[in-house]
Amino acid sequence: MARAELMDFDKALELFEPVIGLEVHVELNTTTKMFSSAPNPANSQFHVADPNTLITPVCLGLPGSLPVVNGEAVKYSISLGLALGCEIAPSSRFARKNYFYPDLAKNYQISQYDEPIAFDGQVEVELENGRVFTVPIERAHMEEDAGKLTHVGGSTGRIQGAEYSLVDYNRAGVPLVEIVTRPIFGGEADTPALAKAYVATIRDIVLSLGISEARMERGNLRCDANVSLRPRGQEKLGTRTETKNVNSMRSVERAVRYEIQRQAAILAGGGTIIQETRHWHEDTGATSAGRPKSDADDYRYFPEPDLLPVVPSKELVDELRAALPEPPAVRRRRLKSEWGFTDLEFQDVANSGLLIELEATVKAGATPAAARKWWTGEIARLANAAAVDASGLVSPEHVAELAQLVDSGTLTDRLARQVLEGVIAGEGSPQQVVDARGLAVVSDDGALIAAIDEALASQPDVLAKIRDGKVQAAGAVIGAVMKAMQGKADAARVRELVLERAAQTA
Amino acid sequence: MSEITAEQVAHLANLARIALTDEEIEHLTTELGQIMHAVEQVSEVATPDVPPTSHPIPMQNVFRDDVVGTTVLTADEALAGAPESDDSRFKVSAILGEEQ
Repeated sequence: MARAELMDFDKALELFEPVIGLEVHVELNTTTKMFSSAPNPANSQFHVADPNTLITPVCLGLPGSLPVVNGEAVKYSISLGLALGCEIAPSSRFARKNYFYPDLAKNYQISQYDEPIAFDGQVEVELENGRVFTVPIERAHMEEDAGKLTHVGGSTGRIQGAEYSLVDYNRAGVPLVEIVTRPIFGGEADTPALAKAYVATIRDIVLSLGISEARMERGNLRCDANVSLRPRGQEKLGTRTETKNVNSMRSVERAVRYEIQRQAAILAGGGTIIQETRHWHEDTGATSAGRPKSDADDYRYFPEPDLLPVVPSKELVDELRAALPEPPAVRRRRLKSEWGFTDLEFQDVANSGLLIELEATVKAGATPAAARKWWTGEIARLANAAAVDASGLVSPEHVAELAQLVDSGTLTDRLARQVLEGVIAGEGSPQQVVDARGLAVVSDDGALIAAIDEALASQPDVLAKIRDGKVQAAGAVIGAVMKAMQGKADAARVRELVLERAAQTA
Repeated sequence: MSEITAEQVAHLANLARIALTDEEIEHLTTELGQIMHAVEQVSEVATPDVPPTSHPIPMQNVFRDDVVGTTVLTADEALAGAPESDDSRFKVSAILGEEQ
């Protein structure tokens, strides 16, 4: 794939104003699917399943099968709409979106078209630099997810060269809410960061509502980013591209930035932007052209005749409104004061999108300081190295356990980092990794003293220096002991004992 | 109301992945045109005081409890009607260059 020409980001901002629109798909974690009583793989209890085992005749669109709306999914959708500051439609209905592609067996997707359940909202988004943005929400509508295709054969394994495709319908019919923003103006140089912060805020909202597992690496939360540029001073919006399925918060920011730079180079060179779907490639950090907007986008929507209108009572809406959790902005203020972090420390956590993880880690027994240290330190570093989101790497419970093992003196920081790697590698809980790898600190003074005496005996010159009061010479002995203990000793304790032994053996 | 044209029928056939001969397109253009006219006659009866409806039965809010049902299929049952399958999945011919 030839890499597109990119314009310097600052230069692009000088010449053009970026305008974005974001579509976020949220898989709800109800027990069953949207229109069928099949188990829902977006609920963690059914996440691991063999292909085509989470389906009913409805998921396959078999003759005679009829969809029935999951009442719980409707409640979740209303709650989400309310949390997005939306109006809830007094009456909304489902529509068929017709297309022929084997990811849905019945050749249409049940969605909502002209009567979405929620509309006209706004979400407050706080950027990493502290800037607060209000993102306008156009609508949030209910629909069903499609099945998963695996393309087999061909030279590259990618769809272009595929000989055939294998279809697993487990995901077909998973309840989705699609949240669509209005065009977002004024982001300017913060536009990529704004896109990321928006997705992080949506994730915070659905997690606090408890309506989705919201794990981006599992596709519970997916973002399509529309990006267009217009020359400074021009009123008319530029032609937009839609980058599909950007599956980590980090990628959302990168993909938007990339499209701004790519489109700017084309426009400045006198070219035109083609309205098309683009695919984001995590490995190369680039987007590539997908299919152009074409006849295939003629979805011939019409009202779904198999389903009845959804008319939520005022009582139900009021009840769900009363049960809403505190908005993310309010929550941030509360957590900052509870944890006693400085502005800088709190910003550090918030910027890494790890508030929920930190809160859960503290709840599981870690001190706020220890939770912050691990999440924004070693875990963030490992996540960065692996180019994944830290939230998917390790559970808050395991981090809390790790912090407690350090607090209790079972592990040094150095050993704890090794244990963390084991936990991430799937070797079990921190305690299990400690046991399996034999990583606990040697807290048996007897074993330490034996190693110290041996080291002192083999380095009589060092012993002499220590006795002369040159305590910094003890470093060589400490090093030898740590090596003998394979690093599994508390260096401070070893130092104490070295000085003690050096004095005693006089 | 506009007439159905042969181009529209060809477009629909393309969307539905159905290969049609020119004769078939001509035939369907006439047939679909007749159906359109029949629907038009119904529209004539609708006066401004009749609200549009998407469903003939005056019911709403028919919901299902969020409980796993008894009609969950095994992979073998699910694949029983599949012309081809592989590795517990439906096997379909590759559709080139298209992703939804």
